[in-house]
Amino acid sequence: MSAVEIVDLVVRYGELVAVAGVSFTAEHGAVTAVLGPNGAGKTTTIETCEGYRRPTSGSVRVLGLDPATEQARLSERMGVMLQEGGVYPSARVRDTVRHYCALYDRGVAADDLVAAVGLQERAAATWRRLSGGEQQRLSLALALAARPDVAFLDEPTAGVDVHGRDTIRSIVRRLADAGCAVVLATHELDEAERLADRVIIFDHGQVVADGTLDELRRGHDEIRFRSADGIDLEDLVRSTGLVATATGNGEYVVSSATDPHALARLTAWLGDRGLPLVDLRAGAQRLEDVFRRLTSGGDDG
Amino acid sequence: MNGRLAAQIRTEVQLVARNGEQLLLTLGIPVLLLVFFSLVDVLPTGTDDPIDFLAPGVLALAVMSTAMVSLGIGTGFERSYHVLKRLATTPLGRGRLIAAKIVGVVLVELVQFVVLVPVALALGWRPSDANWLLALGGVVLGTMAFAGIGLTLAGRLRGELNLGAQNGIYLVLLLVGGMVIPFDELPSVLRAVAFVLPSGALADVLRDALTGGGERPGASWIVLAAWALAAPLVARRLFRFD
Repeated sequence: MSAVEIVDLVVRYGELVAVAGVSFTAEHGAVTAVLGPNGAGKTTTIETCEGYRRPTSGSVRVLGLDPATEQARLSERMGVMLQEGGVYPSARVRDTVRHYCALYDRGVAADDLVAAVGLQERAAATWRRLSGGEQQRLSLALALAARPDVAFLDEPTAGVDVHGRDTIRSIVRRLADAGCAVVLATHELDEAERLADRVIIFDHGQVVADGTLDELRRGHDEIRFRSADGIDLEDLVRSTGLVATATGNGEYVVSSATDPHALARLTAWLGDRGLPLVDLRAGAQRLEDVFRRLTSGGDDG
Repeated sequence: MNGRLAAQIRTEVQLVARNGEQLLLTLGIPVLLLVFFSLVDVLPTGTDDPIDFLAPGVLALAVMSTAMVSLGIGTGFERSYHVLKRLATTPLGRGRLIAAKIVGVVLVELVQFVVLVPVALALGWRPSDANWLLALGGVVLGTMAFAGIGLTLAGRLRGELNLGAQNGIYLVLLLVGGMVIPFDELPSVLRAVAFVLPSGALADVLRDALTGGGERPGASWIVLAAWALAAPLVARRLFRFD
């Protein structure tokens, strides 16, 4: 049984359709990234899994339970990291962790948890004195307090510096390796690319792609190179048979041709005409390209 | 004791105890009013010693500051900071959350009474035929009424707006509520309003129970009981967790 099973989920707020028929699953022991532009329906879907919202139609099962009616049982085994933090500004790190650990039957030892997220030195600090990265780590600690079988993390690395991100990523990885089903909502491709075993891309309240990173990239091979501005693309087709399009700033893309011969013809052509080769990349598309192709860009903000 | 409830109570108490403004509001201002107006006899209390009028009124004020303002402001900010939303995904449950808040309010009220009653006695307050059990009944009803009002505001208004509203209502009720200024001194329109407010009703009931000097205790008990029943129901109906 999958840890999270969503079938044809629709969530409406009055006239607005936030989620328009979404289906996917998330498995134990894996990090499933829910990726999409802001306003694509990610947070609404996750909040429905957490039991905050009732589906307008469709079904949601988390650990086999209905979050809307069996939230009390689900909450014992569920870890949550809200986008907004949810900690009182004058609450101290150790007190807050202790508080949450005591709320769960199989709660973790508070001091161990403070150490696990690297906040021992800041244990006596209040939330408002923590840096953005420290706040996110405390928030993550609260999600771990339950020793969860399923964890919903909404933008866990938002506003965190590079080192903080590494810490958070390694904690999330360990959580999944221990068997927890981690569902991670993010609009940062980099985060999904580094952390996710599986990526689900949302756009306008629907799932537009669902698969492992390799599956999403596959079938969209290309050569991407950078040279001088305004090179003669017609001459390139005549001489080599390669169809290229300019994407601006001297960058060009040759679609669906990554075999070594094509690459050799391209570089020979550039060399023969004395054109520079500044950057060259061949193979599967980056997740960013897949994402751009599949989503409308959304309403950023 | 239930571990979850205990953990929540500890957090509630920690937040109040470490909050200087809340301590000023719940202890500082009542003590100050009590001491100042009993030593400086400017209030037309109509009693031989102003302390006989003031002491029950200030106890009523203490209940209002804790059950309405302190609880209301704290809970309002918990809403703004998404603390309630975060707790809603834990096994705590609404029942234990509300129970912890009640225990928190009662503990603060105990501390207030332990401080205020001896101060009043030291200032010369001589309760006559005091019925402390009756007074306790008044405090319970007053706490329900004020908590209902405080949580209704907290459950609807955003952080700073809620803060302003709670403090504003506190000041208005303090002035027209028969707590430190006798009903007789108010213009007739204002007096009619004051009679149906929970602040005046609680002060009147406590004065009747502790000093035997109530203005219209029968009517005040009815007014207070009505608020004690209605306000929590309204709060329950209007309160929004996020």
